[in-house]
Amino acid sequence: MSSLVNILVVGNGMVGHHFVEQLIKQQETLDSASKFQVTVLSAEPRMAYDRVHLSEYFSGKTAQDLSLTTKEEYDQWQVDIKTNAKVTNIDRQNNQVTLQTGEVLTYDKLVLATGSYPFVPPIKGNDQPHCLVYRTIEDLEDIQVSANESKTGVVIGGGLLGLEAANALKELGLETHVVEFAPQLMAVQIDQGGGAVLKDKIEALGVKVHTQKATTEIVKSDQARYKLAFSDGTELHTDLILFSAGIRPHDELAKTSALAMGERGGIVINNQCVTSDEDIYAIGECALWNNFIFGLVAPGYQMAKVAASHLLGQTESFTGADMSTKLKLMGVDVGSIGDAHGKTPESQAYTYENQPEGVYKKIVVNKDKTKLLGAVLVGDTSEYDTLLQYMLNGIDLPEAPEGLILPMSDDKPALGADALPDTAIICSCHNVSRGDIVTAVEQGACDVATIKQCTKASTGCGGCAALVKTVTDNELAARGVEVNTDLCEHFAYSRTELYHIVKAEKIKTFEELLTKHGNGLGCEICKPTAGSILASVWNDYVLEKQHLPLQDTNDLFLANMQKDGTYSVVPRIPGGEITPDKLITIGEVAKKYNLYTKITGGQRIDLFGARVDQLPDIWTALIDAGLETGHAYGKSLRTVKSCVGSTWCRYGVQDSVSMALLVENRYKGLRSPHKIKMAVSGCTRECAEAQSKDIGVIATDKGWNLYVCGNGGMKPRHADLFATDIDDVTLIKYIDRILMFYIATADRLQRTSVWLENLEGGLAYLQKVVIDDHLGINDELEQQMEYVVGTYQCEWKTTIENPQALKRFKHYVNSDKSDDNIVFVQEREQIRPARSEEKIPVKTIETI
Amino acid sequence: MSNQQWQRVCAETDLFDDAGVCALVDSQGADSQVAIFKVSQNEQQLYAIGNFDPIGKANVLYRGIVGSVANEPVVASPLYKQHFSLTNGKCLQDEDVSVAVYSVRVNDGFIELLA
Ligand SMILES: Cc1cc2nc3c(=O)[nH]c(=O)nc-3n(C[C@H](O)[C@H](O)[C@H](O)COP(=O)(O)OP(=O)(O)OC[C@H]3O[C@@H](n4cnc5c(N)ncnc54)[C@H](O)[C@@H]3O)c2cc1C
Repeated sequence: MSSLVNILVVGNGMVGHHFVEQLIKQQETLDSASKFQVTVLSAEPRMAYDRVHLSEYFSGKTAQDLSLTTKEEYDQWQVDIKTNAKVTNIDRQNNQVTLQTGEVLTYDKLVLATGSYPFVPPIKGNDQPHCLVYRTIEDLEDIQVSANESKTGVVIGGGLLGLEAANALKELGLETHVVEFAPQLMAVQIDQGGGAVLKDKIEALGVKVHTQKATTEIVKSDQARYKLAFSDGTELHTDLILFSAGIRPHDELAKTSALAMGERGGIVINNQCVTSDEDIYAIGECALWNNFIFGLVAPGYQMAKVAASHLLGQTESFTGADMSTKLKLMGVDVGSIGDAHGKTPESQAYTYENQPEGVYKKIVVNKDKTKLLGAVLVGDTSEYDTLLQYMLNGIDLPEAPEGLILPMSDDKPALGADALPDTAIICSCHNVSRGDIVTAVEQGACDVATIKQCTKASTGCGGCAALVKTVTDNELAARGVEVNTDLCEHFAYSRTELYHIVKAEKIKTFEELLTKHGNGLGCEICKPTAGSILASVWNDYVLEKQHLPLQDTNDLFLANMQKDGTYSVVPRIPGGEITPDKLITIGEVAKKYNLYTKITGGQRIDLFGARVDQLPDIWTALIDAGLETGHAYGKSLRTVKSCVGSTWCRYGVQDSVSMALLVENRYKGLRSPHKIKMAVSGCTRECAEAQSKDIGVIATDKGWNLYVCGNGGMKPRHADLFATDIDDVTLIKYIDRILMFYIATADRLQRTSVWLENLEGGLAYLQKVVIDDHLGINDELEQQMEYVVGTYQCEWKTTIENPQALKRFKHYVNSDKSDDNIVFVQEREQIRPARSEEKIPVKTIETI
Repeated sequence: MSNQQWQRVCAETDLFDDAGVCALVDSQGADSQVAIFKVSQNEQQLYAIGNFDPIGKANVLYRGIVGSVANEPVVASPLYKQHFSLTNGKCLQDEDVSVAVYSVRVNDGFIELLA
């Protein structure tokens, strides 16, 4: 017999996939002798995806964006995966399973990770078309199709998932209702007081909430597709019905093979996640531990880890999990910690309620007010992280615990990151403790992005982002690895600080900045940074005598230097729209100066191989034809890519080209910490690929959806949906503010994607600043943008009209010859730089 | 060494504050490119080094940003940003690499190089 242990995993959901990952990773680190042959069987047509962020499918994420893995990764792990492979039977006597296809597979160890399914209450008429559930990508596709043919939608069930589903229906443009059997929303996580505030807030957002309603029947209606009849005699008309009335474990396989089960379902497991059959494990939402089913992903991940370690002969155990949650439902912050309902005997509660603002907070403490047992937060969850740590780590409460939730109490005991024990779990999705972060810092990680990469902290639900940053910074500071944000040896300030100094002290030149706040002569880091800041704030001509020495390689000659010292030239082609005449001019110029031409990814044309002395003549010809500089050389707005939109396209819903032109012409020339790319798509087909841009705009039938901080290139990042269905004016306003806020606060050479990832509070914070004017700076941001827009100049036009500036555009100060080291050869009917072996040997002069 | 001579290359007013220009000089019968920098804040204001970037392999050093590293005046290559000392021509990032250094002076309102 071979020593290969044959493992079958049933289900490739979030937990099943985590199990495979854990098994491979743990095996690697243990260097284990046991060899596994792993086969995964998935009933779904695709491999594991991020169900937690499923709703983002409606805000533009694709199935691919949501996927957690790839076939290649499994191949690399030598793990077999079969999709569309539902298991229909387990034969425990013979250690075999049968697939729906009839195929039979044997196992040494079987892992059940079959998850759960949405419970559909036994209401008459619940099986008609347009009666749907919310669990898989296919479910969401069905909802989208149905919503297109519907005006009204009802979600049955006002729990956490029900509200998330209601938000989706609202975003899909339906008049949305939530029907709840209990007297309040989210009865599991929050108390009655919190539920009432939540209901008010959600109704204010235009979703109608009907509590204490028991649906008895779904019948045809003449006012809509269906009518819900309630037990109290009332009724509700609707076109679409979405059931979200809880989940039930997928335990049929256990039932038919007589594994031990809970009274109300669920596959019974012990602390090692082993079922009543020692060859069979159950993990995730199908498993029943201590008579409890965990409907969250973090406990499932812990079970996956424990099961994997048990298979490898280790002794980890599962001992329950914390069910605290923090989330944003339709823009309303909700948090629930521990014993939210105060069920612990003799517990006491403090409550704070602010009805006008829609804020409700409660903490539950033990009898002698020394420990926190639970909390409910609605409308403001800013204290969630602190409260959670008090609860999880049993930290002693301050004398007056109510101070923790009272607004503006001066001495609010902020729980410093160093008050946390090393065992404190910071990221519960990936089970990352403070100790893990400390270790990572010890091993050299010195910023949040690196910490995220090497510990996986904050890459699950993301709720712990702020805390991860605090712990990281605190740790770096504590170990004297001073978080050095100095720009360079010449300035003991960060870029952001310099920006504010320049603005506040109205500093107009580098010399002044250096004399007042720096030392030495400056360098290739601080000079361009200062040049960019001065340009963002004052928008002077960049080749002005005092600014010229600050300009980096490309800005200095307003063109992009190539490897041989020649330059490439890129005229602006706003929105990618160009007349034949301009196109001809570009062609003629390229021909006359023998330039290599190539179409860029940003819908414009790049002309390569221009010598420095040719640049002014080239630009004179281009400007005469009505073209402008494209700023391809600058850390500034590059391109606004667009599709033809509703003007030509059969599917377009808005005029994307006009919008692209408006946006490009508004922000062209704006100097920023790094380059900025934008795009405008005329419909959701997204031909302009706006979701990979710093600023992406996608037309909807009601206006525009604004996406921010995406990136293609080196480290792709899908842009975040920032605002939906906004009109032209609001769109421009938001972009103005976002860009100016970025310019004010980003590090040097930090793209918007990295900026947002490092911004404390992330997207939600940016929305607060830009949409709610949280910092009270929006007027200022807009004024500043107005100033920059109003002082725009085509730098090349200014240059060719300025004899002093033109003096620099020659190679030799004392000769009209050109650099003889620049040599071209022909390739595919165009020039390219000669390689060194192709050049006529240049005489080298020995230095004596 | 012997047959070097001062060569007049341009007027003092042809230079730019805190930036470079490139001069073509005759160095013992062959053309040589020299980058000349004016550092307005230093007591010694003029520096001249070879214009060829031995790392990027192009004649571009005069287009680099002038600055200082620990008070040593330097130019950063516009191609890959290595620093070259303006006083001794050494590359600060790779001690095996250096560029030639030239003597430079102002004479009667003109810039002269010893080459
Ligand atoms: C919209 C939504 C939002 C959510 N938000 C959050 C949140 O914010 N935070 C949080 O912690 N949790 C959230 N959850 C819950 C979280 O997604 C689940 O806890 C998690 O997905 C459970 O993982 P699992 O692997 O146990 O189950 P699943 O992800 O359901 O995977 C089980 C897989 O097994 C397959 N399967 C079942 N039976 C068989 C069979 N017989 N043969 C083969 N394959 C089979 C299923 O098709 C499925 O693919 C959310 C869930 C939804 C639907």
